Amino acid sequence: MKEINIYERIGEKDFAENKDIGKRIRIEEIMPELEKNNKVVLNFDKIDRASQSFIHSLISDPIRQYGDNVLDIMLFKSCNDKVKEMIKIVLGYLQDAIDKKDG
Amino acid sequence: MKIHVPNSAFLGNIDPFLKGFDPTDPDSLHITLNPHWTSVHPLVLSMIGALGLTVKPENIHIDKLVARSSHYFVRMGLYKLLNISCGTVIQEHAPEGRFIPLKQVRTSDELAEFITEMIPLLHSDPEQSKTIGYIISELGRNVLEHASSQHGAILCAQFYVKSNTIRIGIADVGLGIKKTINESHDAKTDLEAIHLALWPGITGTTSAPGGTAQNAGAGLFFIKSIANLNKDFFVIYSGNGFYKLLAQKSDKVKLNADPFEDRHSKSDQLPYWQGTLVGIDISLDQTREYSELLDAIRDIYYALRKTKKSHKRPKFI
Repeated sequence: MKEINIYERIGEKDFAENKDIGKRIRIEEIMPELEKNNKVVLNFDKIDRASQSFIHSLISDPIRQYGDNVLDIMLFKSCNDKVKEMIKIVLGYLQDAIDKKDG
Repeated sequence: MKIHVPNSAFLGNIDPFLKGFDPTDPDSLHITLNPHWTSVHPLVLSMIGALGLTVKPENIHIDKLVARSSHYFVRMGLYKLLNISCGTVIQEHAPEGRFIPLKQVRTSDELAEFITEMIPLLHSDPEQSKTIGYIISELGRNVLEHASSQHGAILCAQFYVKSNTIRIGIADVGLGIKKTINESHDAKTDLEAIHLALWPGITGTTSAPGGTAQNAGAGLFFIKSIANLNKDFFVIYSGNGFYKLLAQKSDKVKLNADPFEDRHSKSDQLPYWQGTLVGIDISLDQTREYSELLDAIRDIYYALRKTKKSHKRPKFI
């Protein structure tokens, strides 16, 4: 199991918006763990809000590559309501996109 | 190129100002000013700043500064950005609480740093400051990622006490929306490209549903939605195309996926702007709760669904 502290990764800011950092976290930390079928915990403690672009850069590839079953091993920790809502929006359109593709 | 700054140009009445822009002779820039006074939206400043960066400083001519407007252009950092002399010495005051001078942002890290630094400058309520940070983040990242401009994004903002409104302008002289969106779509005109770019889920990086690993085509839709829910103006201008979200009049504002279903004006006949300009107003008196905005946006995505299959829920621990 790997826990990733978003607040620390983005330079101790409470607004997670830098999608380039999101991409780095995804490529260097999230995807290698998921490839090994290991659990990944994204810890949003101290994050007040996250932009749609940031959340998309973190989680779109895992959903695209592994489908929604990845949500059994990719968990979201200590999210406030605003962060939760943004995650739900992004996951919603990503899952719809997968459904469209499948057809 | 020629640009005339009138005594007033805000988003509500910006159309004549934009129509008067003359993009011919791109090696020089002649700026004329209303001789008495000028009061303009930060979009105007960002536009002039972005244009000026494409011209050698010695080929920029600004009417001799007169009246109070001169102080405004100096204090908003126009001369500094363009590396030209204003010919007069003006006492500059600290900008806290009133404005964010023109800033050129060329990298992702510069943008992140700017967002962190600018929030305290506006002295607004923390919730509202964060909404402003959100807008600048999404608009700035759009420029850095899609515009391919060596000059990056030029932005500035100002707080207007009387209307209790923050106005933001961001400009680039990059590829423009049509070229970017047409990497994956087929917009025939600049206005058609703007129309597509404002839809949720349409990005120039792919025609596949859900976007790519880095892009979902949602950023501009989110920004337009913030303006819409707050009953504020939002303007986007690229190539010959121009779209203006008009302030909503009804108490109950409905978000639409199709920007042409919102109360708006548009044109595909404006002088050609090489790149993209975006302007937005945020009235602090009526800024809706951020969570309310997210609820409304989620409803739009839900309405666009073609399937009734339920989503797998994320595990929040």
